[in-house]
Amino acid sequence: MQGDRDIKELIVISGKGGTGKTSLLGAFAILARDKVLCDADVDAADLYLILEPDLKQRQDFQEGHRAVIRPEKCTECGLCRELCRFGAISPNYEVDPIDCEGCGVCVYFCPADAIDFPIKTCGELFISETRAGPMVHARLGIAEDNSGKLVTLTRKEARALAKKRELGLILTDGPPGLACPVIASITGASAVLIVTEPTLSGQHDMDRVVELANHFAIPASVCVNKFDLNPEMSAAIEQYARDRGLPIAGRIPFDPLFTKAMVQKQTVIEYDGQSRAAQAVLEIWERVNSSL
Amino acid sequence: MIISIASGKGGTGKTTIATNLAVALSPGVNLLDCDVEEPNDHIFIRPEVTHTEEVSVKVPQVDMSKCTLCGRCQDICQFQAIVVVGESVLTFHELCHSCGGCKEVCPEDAIVEVDREMGIFESGHRDSLEFAHARLFVGQVMAVPLIDRVRAAVQPNKLNIIDAPPGTSCPVISSVKGTDFVILVTEPTPFGLNDLKLAVGMVKILNIPHGIVINRSDLGDTKVTEYAERENIPILMEIPFDRGIAETYSRGGLLVEELPGWKEKFTELYERIRGYARGS
Repeated sequence: MQGDRDIKELIVISGKGGTGKTSLLGAFAILARDKVLCDADVDAADLYLILEPDLKQRQDFQEGHRAVIRPEKCTECGLCRELCRFGAISPNYEVDPIDCEGCGVCVYFCPADAIDFPIKTCGELFISETRAGPMVHARLGIAEDNSGKLVTLTRKEARALAKKRELGLILTDGPPGLACPVIASITGASAVLIVTEPTLSGQHDMDRVVELANHFAIPASVCVNKFDLNPEMSAAIEQYARDRGLPIAGRIPFDPLFTKAMVQKQTVIEYDGQSRAAQAVLEIWERVNSSL
Repeated sequence: MIISIASGKGGTGKTTIATNLAVALSPGVNLLDCDVEEPNDHIFIRPEVTHTEEVSVKVPQVDMSKCTLCGRCQDICQFQAIVVVGESVLTFHELCHSCGGCKEVCPEDAIVEVDREMGIFESGHRDSLEFAHARLFVGQVMAVPLIDRVRAAVQPNKLNIIDAPPGTSCPVISSVKGTDFVILVTEPTPFGLNDLKLAVGMVKILNIPHGIVINRSDLGDTKVTEYAERENIPILMEIPFDRGIAETYSRGGLLVEELPGWKEKFTELYERIRGYARGS
């Protein structure tokens, strides 16, 4: 059995969505040996679309509670509506399940003991086999909260699976953004790879995730996707990264091949391994892997 | 009227639609960027900011001279944000949901609420276009309080355009809830379709009229169009992949100002939405 510390985990993040995280991570999944795959973008999980997992295990993700008023016991005294800071209780004493924060304040103070507080099922967790190895993935229920906790659970299961099967690497597809799901996906990771694009938006958002990685003291490197759509800006982004001491993992040309491969449920490595795009991804993988 | 722009998948073109629509339809428009984690609209709008404020939430502070270590605050807190340890009470402000339960339950009045700063709200304008956004401080976990602050800048007598963050969970719900129409921006790829379906599920739960804009409409397959037809969701506009558009976007330019024909296309988009929106 491997110790926890021997297992490396690489997370791909971006700040801005749609920069190519999942296409890149899918390609890494084909190139890397002896790994567990983990899709931590539980809000809009897409990795399964190219890796076509064979589902082995499924479990409900239960987290938090939701208030439900029992009308037959409710005396309509109004205390719950007064105390609820989320405006979740309507004038006719119904709790809006979307607005309810699950804080339980109404449940605690209700003088008629008329409010139930059942546990919520917020999503599902899956363990699967794919052609690239075992994969842990999840699905947050639509309009549910607690995405950060589901990310943490998904990563924990991936780590447990790596330990059990004596696999030394976890490759994790991260969510876009900067707040709770992203923070939950990078804390304690070995390294993050930041995928950006040569646009002012890409640069702005990368700037903020670089700061986030620094904040949590996680080693980061940067790669520019679609670099040839604006070569000057790509050079400026790379310079910016170097100035902050971040290694450049590489650059990927704009190539409709990524979309064509995705439509065929393939990675760019499988679709056309000799293409410039595939070669660029291979170089990035070798650089990132050697630094793990 | 409030039109919100959402997507499920990131990077499909929400910001492009929001900023170009806002500029094409001005004056009388109020653009609100609710992607407080990664706000980008200001890059294209370059607003003159006339108002700045810090956005904070209420978190507990315990006066230990009054506290009797009874533990009721710990018992009521669903988020493990306040814990009695030995002779002291620890508060974990990053876990706090600001429900006020601990303060309410404390029999000794030993808990007061203090402000915890989450980010910055800014508003201003670009000529006659009104603009507001907020920016979450790096390392902060909760985006919703900032989104609520941006939503509070809705102006009832104007056309409000809300740019939502990607995904389908709480930050997106907070951004689109109560709006009159949602534009779902997607791309014709397996990822785009998968995340579009999730976004459609969300707007159906919220019961908001919606339509689809397909970006880079010629890169991919035809499954998004087939899905829209099957589900009877109108396709409002298609934007083909074009290096000119990509290049304009990359340096923060607006299609409606730099490329011929787009101002008319965005005006038509709005006319189409008016036919479907709530209350029309």
